[in-house]
Amino acid sequence: MTSATVAAETRRAVRRRPLRVPRIALHGFLAVTALVWLAPVLWAVYTSFRPYADTAKHGYVSLPHAFGFANYRHAWTQGEIPKHFWNSMIVTIPAIVLILLFAASVAFVVSRFSFWFNVPLLIFFMAANLLPQQVIITPLYELYLRLPLPGWLSDTGLFYDSYLGLIAINVAFQTGFCTFVLSNYMKTIPKSLGEAARVDGAGVVRQFFGIILPLCKPAFAALATLEFTWIYNDFLWAVVLMSSGDKRPITSSLTNLSGLYFTDNNLISAAAVLVALPTLLVFAGLQRQFISGLTLGATKE
Amino acid sequence: MAIDVAARAGAGGVRRPRRRAVRLSAGDRVAIAVMVVVPLLVVGGLIWFPTVASILLSFTNWDGIGGVTTAHWIGAENYRQIATIYPPFWPAVKHNLIWLGFLTFVATPFGLFLAYQLDKRIRGTRLYQSIFFLPVVLSFAIIGFIVQLVYSPTQGLVNNIIGDPARGGHVIDWLGDPSLNLWAVLVLVGWRHAGYIMVLYLAGLKALDPSLREAAAIDGAGEWHAFRTVVFPALRPINIVIVVVTVIEALRAFDIVYIVNRGRNGLELLSVLVTDNIIGEASRIGYGSAIAVILIVISIVPIVVFVWNSFQERQT
Amino acid sequence: MADARPPSSDPAEAGRSLLTRRRLLVTGAAGAAAAYGATASGAAGRGLSSSLLRALTAGTVTFGSNASDPVPKKAYANVFKAFTKKTGIKVAVNTVDHNTFQEQINSYLQGRPQDVFTWFAGYRMQFFAQKGLLTPIDDVWATLKPQFSPAFQNASKGLDGHFYFVPIYNYPWAVFYRRSVFQEKGYTVPKTWDQFIALCKKMKADGLTPIAFTDKDGWPAMGTFDILNMRINGYQFHIDLMGGRKSWDSPQVKAVFDQWRELLPYYSDGALGLTWQEGAQQLLNKQAGMYLLGSFVGQQFQGADLADLDFFNYPSINPKWGQDSIDAPIDGFLMSRKAKNVKEAKALLRFLGSAQAENIYLKSDPNDVAANKRADTSGYNALQKKAAKLIGSVKHIAQYLDRDTRPDFASTVMIPALQQFLNHPDDVNGLVKNIQRQKKAIFGA
Repeated sequence: MTSATVAAETRRAVRRRPLRVPRIALHGFLAVTALVWLAPVLWAVYTSFRPYADTAKHGYVSLPHAFGFANYRHAWTQGEIPKHFWNSMIVTIPAIVLILLFAASVAFVVSRFSFWFNVPLLIFFMAANLLPQQVIITPLYELYLRLPLPGWLSDTGLFYDSYLGLIAINVAFQTGFCTFVLSNYMKTIPKSLGEAARVDGAGVVRQFFGIILPLCKPAFAALATLEFTWIYNDFLWAVVLMSSGDKRPITSSLTNLSGLYFTDNNLISAAAVLVALPTLLVFAGLQRQFISGLTLGATKE
Repeated sequence: MAIDVAARAGAGGVRRPRRRAVRLSAGDRVAIAVMVVVPLLVVGGLIWFPTVASILLSFTNWDGIGGVTTAHWIGAENYRQIATIYPPFWPAVKHNLIWLGFLTFVATPFGLFLAYQLDKRIRGTRLYQSIFFLPVVLSFAIIGFIVQLVYSPTQGLVNNIIGDPARGGHVIDWLGDPSLNLWAVLVLVGWRHAGYIMVLYLAGLKALDPSLREAAAIDGAGEWHAFRTVVFPALRPINIVIVVVTVIEALRAFDIVYIVNRGRNGLELLSVLVTDNIIGEASRIGYGSAIAVILIVISIVPIVVFVWNSFQERQT
Repeated sequence: MADARPPSSDPAEAGRSLLTRRRLLVTGAAGAAAAYGATASGAAGRGLSSSLLRALTAGTVTFGSNASDPVPKKAYANVFKAFTKKTGIKVAVNTVDHNTFQEQINSYLQGRPQDVFTWFAGYRMQFFAQKGLLTPIDDVWATLKPQFSPAFQNASKGLDGHFYFVPIYNYPWAVFYRRSVFQEKGYTVPKTWDQFIALCKKMKADGLTPIAFTDKDGWPAMGTFDILNMRINGYQFHIDLMGGRKSWDSPQVKAVFDQWRELLPYYSDGALGLTWQEGAQQLLNKQAGMYLLGSFVGQQFQGADLADLDFFNYPSINPKWGQDSIDAPIDGFLMSRKAKNVKEAKALLRFLGSAQAENIYLKSDPNDVAANKRADTSGYNALQKKAAKLIGSVKHIAQYLDRDTRPDFASTVMIPALQQFLNHPDDVNGLVKNIQRQKKAIFGA
């Protein structure tokens, strides 16, 4: 490991100098590609600072005659963004907790024990996450209209038009992916830890909560970041299963800003930027974990 | 050969020893049962049960009103109509296939290319990664607005850059011309897809044993040769994930065309047809369910491939 | 109860605490309501104000609204304020954006709909009545009948002859233009088809797009189909075709498409990629000469531009029909079959149909025209006055294709079919055959 690596390093160092021109070309290519990559987003942000009257008169590709945060102010109040953002949080955060709990439970059983049902169980969960949403939407809607919930959990007494209903479908839909990732991750936790605990007399529950879960913290962080993005950005479940405009999550506040006949696209750009901010903040803050999250299930440690 | 051993070591894993059977206490059994059954009920009840219901509904002519008991069994009549007199169906199938082809041959390779370049430990790699990954984080609703801002015939960025539309000359109708609009949309879809793929490959490349690359470099082969013969095969587990993710994304495609023009006039997709018939006012539940079943069947194949392959990996 | 605090008599404040009040009612405040009632009746003798009395004893009605724009939203709020003042009944509003409301209407009506909700006249309304999703309101119409013309009365009835719908306003579809452009270039308003085509030719020679046309959203093209069908084949044929009683694969329908083909060279470039707002902007910026649209096009015009906006009735094609019919969709309200507060809902509907409610609403809406005969038209701007005159003068009013026919037919068959025609205007035979085949599958005949 040592002499070979040293040799490799020196060889790499030696090779680095003559590669200067290709390196510059690479930098140039990446810089240009990055700019092109950002351009559409920057364009939308630029539009969001211009009032509709300005772009109606001069077209979107023009220098601004008026520039400011007016659209943002309107989007904030008209789109009722704080209220809908709060609705999103009411759905997203409990959903993430439940998803991780369920996924960890199934992953634990499947990875630490060799039952006959391990493989079919994993298939059962994973395949559920790979189906398109439209496929099940109508029977789900009918089901929700009939499944009762106690009054203190739901205004309507049903799964329909209730936060719990939205949480439940997000949990059901996303658990598969997390189960697969966590089962792979848990396989890398040494068996010896489990053996030692069992010798000490700890039961399954104690092993799960006391040993395995704490070790999965990095995986949880990564998965939580991913799930936040996916659940926060979901649109279809909310639109079909939640009929009260007031309770809908933030993705619906974008459609609220479309008028009866007339749509102020600049206003919607501003709203879209505001709606995207939390996902961008979560992404930026947890970037390292975010990127590792997507690959936990793919490569073995 | 040294390279083969290195390749296998980089890609696969060490064969795991078989586990001894362990006695479990009664309390343990109950705990395991709860840990399995509760999630099972949730996923089974909310996902699989409606899926089976959809399949059954596809053989009826239910219009969604008045309870399921008003549905009439009509056998395969819905399927017959979809295949023969429903104008958007075959174009939708064609478009889904084009979508798949574009992702497979353009977007995914570009993501791989970006990953490979960014793996070279150059300055600012984390910033580049963030930028390229950014579209993945944005909701499709926002990307839909961006599509309109970029492609509108008179007010879009592209047309304004390549020519003055107000002069009354012939504008390129990126969104309204059915022979063009799918490609226009695919460019932006690829923009998003490439970032997703890039990150997956980056992790794979990072997990690759460095001695593998050194061994390939020793052979004196060019960079492309080394990549093709050593690096790419060693990434087999990731490749499988990439392939399945690509196929699933192609079949699940929905949000962006729906935002642009509700999936009409050249942007028909199977998922949009399902939505049109089920969710709009149209309420042709039986009919829409039949299209949904077709979508299920087409999705099952990559799902089976994915699951089968990932368990192959586990056994080795 | 002695310690029950009397609710505020201010309707606005009462409205704000409405949701908690509702929850209270749901979880069994029959007792509480009775307590309020007991307090009130006991207190009546002590001389409480009559509005407080009403607030204590009156109930609530729920209202499902698609008016998510700030202006109509506020207009409805004002209407409800007046209603609560008059009757003491509070209104709990659930607002959903326009598109989603329409998309979700089937699930909405079968789920937990509000008592009263916004909707449109036409077959779309009759369709729901037929399916048993609405409550008939003949008793409400007993008082409303003298206030509406026979056309509006007919538009409010279901297929079974009972009343279901209460109208509030409607608006005409006509050809809009800028007066200044016409004056400057010396154009005159065309009354016949030949004059219309001649005008288009002149406009094209002058460098304008003669007719702004935008069909990315799919529905604007229906306006042209409707008006051409009514001009060529008459109102009765049009309504029969919409109702599924005539065949699409007929020489009359083919004649409509053939006539339409004459207009295509004069349309906006890239029409299928443009939204109606971009079309309105073409008219606003004097790039286009004329635009067939509903009067909501005025929403894109402000100040001096709005004063410059004018319209004319679509020119006649067949002198037998002349210009006797137009599309003038009517918006209004329905009562769901699952309504919980039936008495209060009917009271609300009675109020919404009154001239008073329409006056309040239209104060902030410069593009629509009141449905009630007794509504105050003195506050109308020039366009509204002209629109009211046009609607009053035509013999027949249609509700627009997507309201006059089955919703599944309109959205899944007609929108793609019309876009198909615009892309391939020469294959009319194949097109109408395919429409007819799908129509048979959907209508069942």
